[in-house]
Amino acid sequence: MKLYLKIWRQKNADSKGSMVDYTLDGVESDMSFLEMLDILNEELISKGEEPVEFDHDCREGICGTCSLMINGQPHGPDSRITVCQLHMRSFNDGDEIVIEPWRATAFPVIKDLIVDRTAFDRIQQAGGYISVNTSGRPVDANAIPIEKEMADKSFNAATCIGCGACVAACKNASAMLFTSAKVSQFALLPQGQVEAAERVQNMVRQMDLEGFGNCTNTGACEVECPKGISLENIARMNREYLSASVKG
Amino acid sequence: MSGFIKSSIARKVVMALSGLFLVVFLTQHFVINITSVIDPETFNSWSHFMGYNPLVQYLLQPILIAGVIIHFVMGFALEIQNKKARNVGYAKFKGSANATWVSRNMIYSGLVVLAFLALHFYDFWVPEMVYKYVEVNPEMPTRYHEETVHKFEPFWRTILYVVSFVLLSLHLWHGFSSSFQSMGVNNKYSEGIKTFTKIFSVAIPLGFVFIALFHHLNPLTH
Repeated sequence: MKLYLKIWRQKNADSKGSMVDYTLDGVESDMSFLEMLDILNEELISKGEEPVEFDHDCREGICGTCSLMINGQPHGPDSRITVCQLHMRSFNDGDEIVIEPWRATAFPVIKDLIVDRTAFDRIQQAGGYISVNTSGRPVDANAIPIEKEMADKSFNAATCIGCGACVAACKNASAMLFTSAKVSQFALLPQGQVEAAERVQNMVRQMDLEGFGNCTNTGACEVECPKGISLENIARMNREYLSASVKG
Repeated sequence: MSGFIKSSIARKVVMALSGLFLVVFLTQHFVINITSVIDPETFNSWSHFMGYNPLVQYLLQPILIAGVIIHFVMGFALEIQNKKARNVGYAKFKGSANATWVSRNMIYSGLVVLAFLALHFYDFWVPEMVYKYVEVNPEMPTRYHEETVHKFEPFWRTILYVVSFVLLSLHLWHGFSSSFQSMGVNNKYSEGIKTFTKIFSVAIPLGFVFIALFHHLNPLTH
């Protein structure tokens, strides 16, 4: 198939970028979207042009690095996938495909389609952990009984891969789905109770400091999340935060 | 404490609480207004009570005005903050793929409701204040129904009210249930809250539309 690509090109973090048009022929429907970009880059390199920089790592939907806005949707038109899991059969011959980086003040563009997502790391570092004894006498994981429902909810929250699609999809560039998933995965478990109040307050404070927008409950993040993280987590974080603030 | 007040979650809770307070007021306003269609005497009696009861006038009325101001000032503040959170926009953004139009455009439906409030205050609240506190007229418990019906004689005002109620309906459609999510309520009752939101956000504005059209189509003959 022949595709008409419009791709954001930006030399570096300080330069002003723009959309550049490319025509790519010979794309096969069973190629992944990233393979299609690989072919484009091979063409560009063979012509002596600068290849399009984009993030990718595992190519199996778990690393969350392939952060691309494709035709106005994070990770493209299909649901519950990352870009590496998107295949060209989701497009038709002659289609125009607009490819952009995540857009958020807290995610500045480094080059072309690559953004700096260390804001997420800083939120995580602010409280997304538990303190455990790491002596030479490990306690059996099953020593603390945990309800199945709680364990499942915690696991579901923990499936967040920190890709940033929630921020990209949100009209306010809010990071509440990400932060709430990281708060919830511990808040639901007994091991997470010790630092619960401190955790939610520190993580929300860091989230606000990074310059993300406010959640207006549109639900776009939940729809676009490749792991299906639920809005229930945001409500839980709000409860945790209010409760922690009231208790002081 | 200052960190709490400045936090995004606390601001959302303020929006939610002030919004729910306005929903309660809206319901009370509708209950009184519908009597203007059913029984003018009851409408006059209740309106007079609301207009002269010291508790309503000097406590509830300032609280209501404060609630309105807090809701829209905070709404604007959050909107400005949200715009700053995306300093470079997308060349293509398919918002309709993952969120409803209503949820994405609360600021616009809110702005229309705010403009309507300005008109509504100019139509009813300002003349009432002038009547009572500037001109210091004597109490006249039978005037309210006639004054209300007269207001809906012009076609333009009736249409403006109807359009505003439609936008109010859209604002409530997202805002009512959303306020519970903001306050951390997302549980087995959430589906019920969403269903109630849909019924409420259609029924109450539709009721107000009915009242406006009823008075426009049934003008006083004297």
